[in-house]
Amino acid sequence: MIRLEQRPEPSRVFAYLTPLMAVLATFLFGGVLFAVLGKDPVQSIVTIFWEPLFGEFAFFYRPQLLIKGAPLVLIAIGLSLGFKAGIWNIGAEGQYIIGALVGAGVGLAFYPAASVLIFPLMVVAGAFGGWVWAMIPGVLKVRFGTNEILVSLMLVYVAEQFLASMSLGLLKNPEGFGFPGSRNLQQYASAHNAEIIAGSGMHWGVVAALIAVIFAYVLLSRHRLGFAVRVTGEAPRAARFAGVNPNRLVLFCLGISGMLAGLAGLFEVAGPAGQVSIDFNVGYGFTAIIVAFLGRLHPIGIVLAGLLMALTYIGGDIAQSQLGLPAAAIQVFQGMLLFFLLALDLFTNYRLRLRRAEVA
Amino acid sequence: MKITTLLASAAIALGLATSGFADGHEKTKVGFVYVGPIGDGGWTYEHNKGRLAVEEHFGDAVETVFVENVAEGPDSERVMTQMALDGADLIFTTSFGYMDPTINIAAKFPDVKFEHATGYKRADNVSTYSARFYEGRAIQGHIAGKMTKSNIIGYIASYPIPEVIRGINAAYIHAAKVNPDVEFKIIWAYTWFDPAKEADAARALIEQGADVVLQHTDSTAPQAAAQEAGDVVTFGQASDMGQYAPFPRVSSIIDDWAPYYIARTQAVMDGTWESTDTWDGIGAGMVAIGEITDAVPADVKEEALAMKAAIADGSYHPFTGPLKKQDGSDWLAEGEIADDGTLAGMNFYIEGLTGEIPQ
Amino acid sequence: MDLSVINPVLLLAALMSAATPILLAATGELVVERAGVLNLGVEGMMIVGAICGFAAAVESASPLVGFAAAAAGGAVLSLLFALLTQLTLANQVASGLALTLFGLGLSALLGQGYVGVKPPRMPDVDFGPLAEIPLLGPVLFSHDPILYIGILLVAAVWAVLKFTRAGLILRAVGENHDAAHALGYKVVRIRTLAIMFGGALAGLGGAYISLIRVPQWTEGMTAGVGWIALALVVFASWKPWRVLLGAYLFGGIAQLQLNLQGAGVAIPVEYLAMSPYIITIVVLVVLSADRTAAPGSLGRIFHASG
Repeated sequence: MIRLEQRPEPSRVFAYLTPLMAVLATFLFGGVLFAVLGKDPVQSIVTIFWEPLFGEFAFFYRPQLLIKGAPLVLIAIGLSLGFKAGIWNIGAEGQYIIGALVGAGVGLAFYPAASVLIFPLMVVAGAFGGWVWAMIPGVLKVRFGTNEILVSLMLVYVAEQFLASMSLGLLKNPEGFGFPGSRNLQQYASAHNAEIIAGSGMHWGVVAALIAVIFAYVLLSRHRLGFAVRVTGEAPRAARFAGVNPNRLVLFCLGISGMLAGLAGLFEVAGPAGQVSIDFNVGYGFTAIIVAFLGRLHPIGIVLAGLLMALTYIGGDIAQSQLGLPAAAIQVFQGMLLFFLLALDLFTNYRLRLRRAEVA
Repeated sequence: MKITTLLASAAIALGLATSGFADGHEKTKVGFVYVGPIGDGGWTYEHNKGRLAVEEHFGDAVETVFVENVAEGPDSERVMTQMALDGADLIFTTSFGYMDPTINIAAKFPDVKFEHATGYKRADNVSTYSARFYEGRAIQGHIAGKMTKSNIIGYIASYPIPEVIRGINAAYIHAAKVNPDVEFKIIWAYTWFDPAKEADAARALIEQGADVVLQHTDSTAPQAAAQEAGDVVTFGQASDMGQYAPFPRVSSIIDDWAPYYIARTQAVMDGTWESTDTWDGIGAGMVAIGEITDAVPADVKEEALAMKAAIADGSYHPFTGPLKKQDGSDWLAEGEIADDGTLAGMNFYIEGLTGEIPQ
Repeated sequence: MDLSVINPVLLLAALMSAATPILLAATGELVVERAGVLNLGVEGMMIVGAICGFAAAVESASPLVGFAAAAAGGAVLSLLFALLTQLTLANQVASGLALTLFGLGLSALLGQGYVGVKPPRMPDVDFGPLAEIPLLGPVLFSHDPILYIGILLVAAVWAVLKFTRAGLILRAVGENHDAAHALGYKVVRIRTLAIMFGGALAGLGGAYISLIRVPQWTEGMTAGVGWIALALVVFASWKPWRVLLGAYLFGGIAQLQLNLQGAGVAIPVEYLAMSPYIITIVVLVVLSADRTAAPGSLGRIFHASG
């Protein structure tokens, strides 16, 4: 009989090997799916994974990886700190929306004034908005012991309604002929999160994501707070003996993740997206949860996972237009990739042992 | 080399490469960017039918590509760029939210032609196109006003934007013209597409006495709710919804993009494409009126067809004065016809409608 | 404004029907969560149930076959989640989200040939003269069979959880899986069965939308109902009858909102649409006085290290 046995230490070999195995398994099953749909499986997979990186127009797609990946990484880094400590913020989508709304709102309030101070102020406002939205589940958890998973999730839907209300009301472009959606911040230089080097995909959100990665890495490996995060997740009782204040940790982790999600929203609305609109949010907050786990809650892993997710989105759209694959097939393919990555992680922490059936 | 220059030179190279297509050596490539899935049975479904019509019309001379479920914002910019890089000569972007992205990308690919649906920003290589759905609404309003017995007409609206408000006004004017006692009950669903909510809205209207339900949302859910109720009249929206004919669905407004898509593709092939602002209706065939079934009394059907003919040949405009705004102030004098600018940004109700436009 | 046009009897009857999809899905999820598992894939299982049910009903011309297929479809998809979380010990939050993504894609692929097709109609249960009773008739005796099955399922889940040994074991597993394991209960097996039950009910809920409420098939037609079902379980503090109450309350708010609009009352639609979620949060806070409400092992990974 096969049994699972916990490894004394997570396997380093498998930590690197399992993502590769998962990708290969996805190629296999995804290939079968594409073949069933009447498409050339090899060509489909090459289009999704090779074309954006090394194809003819890679010079365009590689920067796009940054644009698509940066919000995912920025949000996932924040979430991963909480997840490590067993604090579950799954409402990043809501914090992302509120960050964008508050940040864009501040920017639009100054329209059409020109000042170099406006954009930094928006950044602060965006971070503040996300922070406040995440503090709701935080304070409720600390004060009343409510479950932060559920409160943060509920607040996503509240935020979505709020977004619709703002796009149709307060933030609506007064020169937009009555159509919903705000002024385009790309056309308001003082508020525009422009690319730092044109065409590179490098906007301030990417910079922020990089800083967040380094910050998280240093925090987790060097700082006392990082120690508190890790020990709380692994052994909550021991953490208490070590003098970790659980309430402060809850507020810290939710606060940081909310702030980063709010920042991601602000950089997106002021940069690539340009305007507040009813459908502004496209699920980055939820996808980032998956990215955090795919990256094994490790800062470097998250960067790789974020880029991988971005790649499947970009490659998926290319496959749609070049090969006529339906969007649904790409979604199923992404789902498979996630399933395999999640499932095969087992081998990092456990090993299979053949044993004789025990006598009960 | 800077990446922008690289992008620009690639575009120029492609422009050079594709400039040879007019003499028939190369296929014309037409891209379509869709906001929903092609299986939505409504908005995107009809645009995709237009795409298929282009393929059928031109056969091997044209290649079409599409990407569905493209979020408005940076994703749409990427998809447009990708199509342009892959050699598209003409790209249709089929949602209002693609307006600024289309303008942005068009500036980077001056040799590629763009067509943006329902927007108001244009450029040398960006045209806009939209349909005068309100012409169809006028005909619906006429039939509805004649057919209602309870004098209550339900209206399922999506979002409070000019397009929808225009439709409500057009329908109301023509219903009230033939039936001064008519009352409109309007429910704002705040969604273009949520079948369950649309069904609920239809049922709520029916329970409140509406025996005609007009819809400006895209699913057939209200049709099914009306069928269940038994004696409620409906109209197909976006697509024909013929599976509910002859009753409750007695007619429909169909978005027929095929003639426009074929004409614009032809223009690119001939090298005669120019940036234009197209707002076509029944006359040009962009708005089609689905078959009026025999559930409609013969004389009403005749009047409706006469109105359709008059709108088509331009002898009648659905917004012809005298018309007052809801607050009683004058809008159009006797015989005066509304200008397109006011219509495009319409944000007020016509006199006689009750309730407020939500803000 | 004329509020008299709102008929409270019809409103009640309508909200019962409107609430049934969330009622079914939430009842299933309640059992899953009582077993200590948090499955965020409800939306994915519902939409797969919606298309499986629709396709089977169209092909067989029988709505009942459709509902059976929907339950089977939801259960099979939930097996994927069980495999991930119970066998390979993957994180439940991430697995549930991945399941929703996968389910949305899969349903769209399965449904490609069914856009614009009209499904066979499910007849209402014939209660004969009972349906003629004023007031009570339309509210209680004028619905389709699945609506009644939904209410019966709530009763059944309540009875099983409260009075049977199976229910006791399920709750024990949810409260403290290590203790339950030490007592010799098969934690993984019990949770897998609970997950499949949740999947089947989510599937039924989805099919209720595609076969009865709407009825048609379109991609993404569940439009977020699965997330409301998740909220509902919390709102109900994991108690079956409160799920019923909550479903009618949530359904009622939606129905009332539409009816008020029809009656000409100017209401801020977005703010009313937020209210179920805000109410749920308030309920959570109120409930927090009772720390035993949530299953103790909810969302935690179980591995028998023995």
